[in-house]
Order: sequence, then C-alpha cells, then structure tokens
Amino acid sequence: MEILDILISASFWAAAVRIASPLIFATLGELICERAGVLNLGIEGIMVVGAFAGWMAVYSGADLWVGVGMAMAAGMLFGLLHAILSVPFGLSQHVVGLGITLLATASTYFAYRVALPQVTNPPRIEAFKELPIPVLSDIPIVGQALFAQTPLTYLAFVTAAVVAFVLYRTPLGLAVRAVGENPHSVEAQGLSVTALRMGAVVVGSGLMGVGGAFLTMSAFNSFFFEMVNGRGWICIALVVFGAWKPGKALLGALLFAAFDALQIRLQQTSLGADIPYQIFLMMPYLLSILALVVMSRRAEVPAALMVPFNRGER
Amino acid sequence: MPTDPGARAVLRLRNITKRFGPLTANDAITFDLHEGEVIALLGENGAGKTTLMNILFGHYMADAGDIEVFGHALPPGNPRAALEAGVGMVHQHFTLADNLSVLDNIILGTEPLWRLGTGRAAAWARIEQLSRDFGLAVHPEAKAGALSVGERQRVEILKALYRDARILILDEPTAVLTPQETDDLFATLRKAVARGLSIIFISHKMHEVLAISSRVLVLRHGKLVGEAATADTDRHQLAHLMVGSEIVAPEVGGAAPGAVLLRMREVSTTPVGNAVGLRALSLDLRAGQITGLAGVSGNGQAALADLIAGETVPDSGVFEVAGEGVGAWTPRAALDARIGRIPEDRHRTGTISDFTLSENAVLEAYEKEPFSRRGWFDWTAVDRHTRAIIERYDVRCPGPDARIRLLSGGNMQKLILGRALEAEPKIILAVQPVRGLDIGAVTYVQNRLIEARDAGAAVLLISEDLDEILTLADVIHVISEGRLSPAFARGTKTPAELGVWMAGQGFGEYSHAA
Repeated sequence: MEILDILISASFWAAAVRIASPLIFATLGELICERAGVLNLGIEGIMVVGAFAGWMAVYSGADLWVGVGMAMAAGMLFGLLHAILSVPFGLSQHVVGLGITLLATASTYFAYRVALPQVTNPPRIEAFKELPIPVLSDIPIVGQALFAQTPLTYLAFVTAAVVAFVLYRTPLGLAVRAVGENPHSVEAQGLSVTALRMGAVVVGSGLMGVGGAFLTMSAFNSFFFEMVNGRGWICIALVVFGAWKPGKALLGALLFAAFDALQIRLQQTSLGADIPYQIFLMMPYLLSILALVVMSRRAEVPAALMVPFNRGER
Repeated sequence: MPTDPGARAVLRLRNITKRFGPLTANDAITFDLHEGEVIALLGENGAGKTTLMNILFGHYMADAGDIEVFGHALPPGNPRAALEAGVGMVHQHFTLADNLSVLDNIILGTEPLWRLGTGRAAAWARIEQLSRDFGLAVHPEAKAGALSVGERQRVEILKALYRDARILILDEPTAVLTPQETDDLFATLRKAVARGLSIIFISHKMHEVLAISSRVLVLRHGKLVGEAATADTDRHQLAHLMVGSEIVAPEVGGAAPGAVLLRMREVSTTPVGNAVGLRALSLDLRAGQITGLAGVSGNGQAALADLIAGETVPDSGVFEVAGEGVGAWTPRAALDARIGRIPEDRHRTGTISDFTLSENAVLEAYEKEPFSRRGWFDWTAVDRHTRAIIERYDVRCPGPDARIRLLSGGNMQKLILGRALEAEPKIILAVQPVRGLDIGAVTYVQNRLIEARDAGAAVLLISEDLDEILTLADVIHVISEGRLSPAFARGTKTPAELGVWMAGQGFGEYSHAA
C-alpha cells in the first residue's frame, strides 16, 4: 500500500510540520483578534507583507532574526490600520479586512517592483537552517518530524504555548476573552474596550506577519508573487476548526498540513498517473471542510465577534 | 430606615445636564446621597434615570454639571475612576461575559493586566466570604452563561462588593426578578446598608420604592420634580409626581360574551427542550370577553401562545378558529384568521430593532394592499399607516423613519399594539402586554384591550401578574404544567384560591370529574 508507506516515512511528517508552521503563526494571530471580537480578514495581505518585509530585510543584509522582527513590525503596522478603522471608528470588519488585504498585497508588489526593478528571477537569501535538537532528533519519525526543524518552526510551537498561557492564565488574557464575548463587561469593570481590541488586532497581525515571513525565510528562501496563495483564508477556517482555542487550532494546522503533504506525495505514486493532479490539490481543502463541519458543531463563537462597540450604546 | 440629616454626603450631583440631540435627558439635576441612605430614583421609562446613572458611572459625559464622591471631584466619562472612587453599578442589562466563570467575571479588571497568573485562590475565598455576608449564594466556578437571571444579578452585586464599593447603584434591579428573588435582593440591600453602604435604587415600581428606600426622588422628562422622605409620602402622591397627572385605573364594564371564536378540545403539543407542552387542554375564547390566563411562569403559557400565534401546530385534539378546523397552521394562517398578536418579548419577537417604525408597523401585512401593489412597495401608504398609528396610539418617537430600538419600552409596545389593533383582529393574543411598562403606559395598554373587547374581540390575556388578571379578565383559567383549570367567572375566586390552582393542586379531582 503506497499510502501506508507514505504515512510511516519520517520525511512525510517532517514536511507536515514544516507546512503547518506558517499556518500556526497566522492562525494564532487570527485567534487573538477574534477572541477580542475582531474578525481580521486582512490576514491574507498581512502575510504577504510579512513575507516580503522579512525577506527584504535579510536580502538587504540584516540578520535573520532582525528580518523576523521586521516582518512582525510590518504586520503590526497594517494591523494598526485595521484596528483604527474597525475599533474606534467601528467600521464593518468585513470591508476593512478585505480592504487591508487588497492594500497590503498591492503595496507589497509595488514595493517589490520599486526595490528590484530589473530583476526577473527573485533573488534567494541565506534562510534559516534546520537546527536538529540533540538526542530528541534521534527518536525515529517523531524526532525527524518535530526536532529537526528550523528555529522558526520551534518558535511557532512556543508561540502556541505562550498564547494559550496568556489567554487562560493571566489577567490580560481574561480581559481579552471577556471583550470578545461582551465588551460591556469590560467597560463596566473599568477597562478600555478600545485599547484591548486594538492591542489584540495589532499583536495578532504581528503574528500573521511572522507567518508570512516563514514562507520566505524558512521554506522557499525567496519572495515571489502569489506565494501566500490563500493560506490566510485557511487560517480563518482553522480558527473556527480550533473552536477559538490555541491548542485545538495548533492541531488543526497540523492536520491540514498533513493532508497537504500527503497529496503532494500521492501525486507521485501510481495513483497520480491516472487521476488529474487538481483532484489531489483539492484534497486538503475538501477534508478541511469536512473536518470543519464535524468539529465546529458545538464550538462557542465569541459572542461579540464582528460587533463594533460604541460607548454608551446598548 | 429614617435618614439622619446630619449624615455626611457621600455623593453630590450638581446641575447635571445631558442632551441627546433635541432631547434633554437630564436637566440641571442636583441632589446629595448621604451615608447609609437608600435613595429611590423614581420615574417613568424615558424620564432620564438611567442616563443620569450612566453619567455618574462614567459611561456618558455630561454636557454640564459636577459630581463629587466622598468630597473629591469625579473625573467625567471614566468608569475606572468611578470604580476607584467606590461607586459600583448593577446595570439593567447585565454586563457579564457568558463564556467566563462567575469568579472570572468578578475579578475581571481588578488586577494589573501585565501580571503572570491570577490570584484565584484569594479571590475565591473573598467571594465566598462576601456571598455569606450578604446572602448572595452563587458558585464561583459556574459559567455565567448558565446562570438564571436572579443568579446573574447576584454576580453583578458581588462584582461591586468585591471592589469595595461604598455607593451602590442599582438600575431597575427588580424588572427581571420574581417576587421571591426581589425579597432576597432587598434582604441583601438591607445588609449592605447596615454595613454603611449608600444605595441609589432606580425603579418605577411604587411598592418596591416604598419598601426599600428612605428617600424618594422623582424624575419626569429629565427634570427632578419632587423629593420626599419615604415615610412622609404615599403611592398616590408619588404616582401623581411621576406622571404629572392623576392616574385613572382602567374601568372595566360588564362583558357581553358572544360566539366562541377559538375552540380547543383536548389539545396537546410536544414539549420543546425544557419547556412544558400542553396536556389535553380545552379552552374557549368568546367574542366580547377577556379570558385571563394565570399561572407561574413556565407552566405552558409559551406553548399555548405559540400555538395560537401559529408558531406551532397541535399534536392531537381539536383546534378550531371561527368554527372551522384549521388547515396548515402557520403564523401567516393565524394572521389571515384575524388573530392579533402582542408577543411576550417586544425586543426579540415583537419588533426588529434596527428596522424603522414604518417597517415594523407593516411587518405583518407588508405584502398586502395597500402597502404592496403588484409586488411593489408603496412607501407613501406605509408612511401614512405608521403616522396614523403614532397619532392614534400616542407613540412618542422622533418619527416614522427612526429605528425602533431608540424607543422606550412603553412606546415600542404602543406601536405593537397599534399594529395589532389597526388590523381589526377578531382574536387578540396578549402575552404579558404590560410587563416592564410604566404606569401611564400600563393604563393605556389595558384600556385599549378593554376597548377592543367592547368592540367584540375575543381577548386572551396571558400574565404572571395576578392583580392584572383579576382586574381585567372576565373569565379566568389557571395553567399549571400544561393543564388548564376550569373557567372561573370574574369575582368568584380570591387570589389565594387561584394560588392553590397555580401551585398545581385541584387538577386531579377536576380531570376525574370531567
């Protein structure tokens, strides 16, 4: 059985974890925004910005981690714009989000053309290298999958733990969870709804930027157009799949990535000779829809998601 | 509780003025609250009570005026400053996050945000202590979303006490409570006063104001129109101050019952979730008669109302309207059978909040002439119709194009009443038609129902207020666990006797006899 061979190969699981990494960052970012009550549809564009900013910084000679910082900062900048429009101005979050995606994508492509006018083949950078963790990476399959990755992948998992800790174990996280459920509860306890929501959108957008940077700095080592390719939209579905919980969202990202890794490998088997490759490309999305339907039945949506808060209005 | 005139003022309001566009919600309001005092702020809906308290708590900025708490000026528009000054507010619309536990709701905002971990153990002990001291039983780990209304209110009070509030504002705290829960609340408030807290209690229910307060302030149209020590005043005087004119209780003349317009025999419906279904219920609604349905909430009133409104169908039994069995029974069929509906929840099922008055006024007939002609909407006709309702039913509003959510409960109910009655219904289903309304609106709605009866409509009045049933109904049924008592004619049963039926006794012998 060819599928079985794939499933027991270490390289398959390593690929799944690698594919999942950018999704983990961006999904956590979206999760933070939505937990605070703001749907951030700017995610797709913000990932493009992050991918470009990180890559450009490194291409211009900056340290890799400075590049990650630049990607985060660029994401936060567009997040701030989103936050200003959607929180104090209370504009429709759908319109603002899609606008941010269009603006961020277009201005990135523009910046790319301005910075590299003559280039036809995007230059490559010295990206993050795999950093096997001693001892742990020697475990069969699991070691290859989890402990022989690039530092950014490790950071993705650490980020998931940090987000979960902050959300559930600190007063700040409590306030974020409350403001997405009932902003009046936060207002009546003397906290600022505006500050909490804007902060969540800015921080969440920063993570989306890092998610984008993973593509250029830890996967493809270069920047090209359309490279984000709908990953942002997948992350929005993953937040629902994860029922707005960081741990479940992480699992969702891994599951989707596993399907994606599987379909790439299936294309190269004897099956791939008979079936059009587009069918394989569809597979992770179809399975995601299926999983979404099954998993999100009893999910608790933040009650104030997408509801702008105006002080003094009931 | 007598007020000691020498007690120091813990709160001073000076010339508080607030305008919303052309409306002056608060007009130069000045008063003091003394230590250990319970002030009742009395006024009709829309008199400006909630606005005033929202200014005090910092939700709104006043256009003019100053607030002093314990001798220090309170910065305006800042709930945090109000909380830190010792002002706690129990909002009319509860401010709990349903996804959080009781404990989390209480400690929210009480700790510095940038701290690792939360002091849950200490908070837990303190909440338990407060629960015991003030008689506010609630489990700290329970999820707020799973709490009953009474429990939610206890959490709101705990939130204030946890922050060491010295001044407690309660905005219409009893509107959602049962009489028993109201008594518990009053017991808690008395304990709070005994510990030196000062309380502002907002209400429009006279007997509660008289029961709990030491001083009454009356607001009308944004102005402070009267002030009295509770001991020196009475219901009559306060009602006069509140409304600005004499209240005339509805006069119910003799009924002239006619034909049976709605007939139910042994009708049963399936219970939905925890709700009670109807159990072999038989009922006649006669023209020119108000049939009152008494009972403790949740005993099948909703099932009966839904059935008559066309929202559910009977599982078994005979259900006839105007002498004929109904075919496909839907809300549309109910409207076509000339059943006028005043739903229980005006916000959720009675109106669409973000629609205009006009749109709401034609919700039940928008596709019929004259509002629609050959599939096209005639806004002129809709506007004319809405203006007629506004005029005839005294709906106070900015105009037909205003969103209905801006209206007070009473005015919203008048529009719903107008919508139902203008269609000249033969059967009127009135579910809790005056709940939450001020005195003026209550009298108004009740008089209109009596008029409709006199004009030959069959009225079914479903209410949890026994006084209302006893005043208005020509015949009374009691509903208990989906079963219906026999019909009692007006004046044949005392409240105590009805209470026995409401408690579910008497049905056994009755069904054997029948």
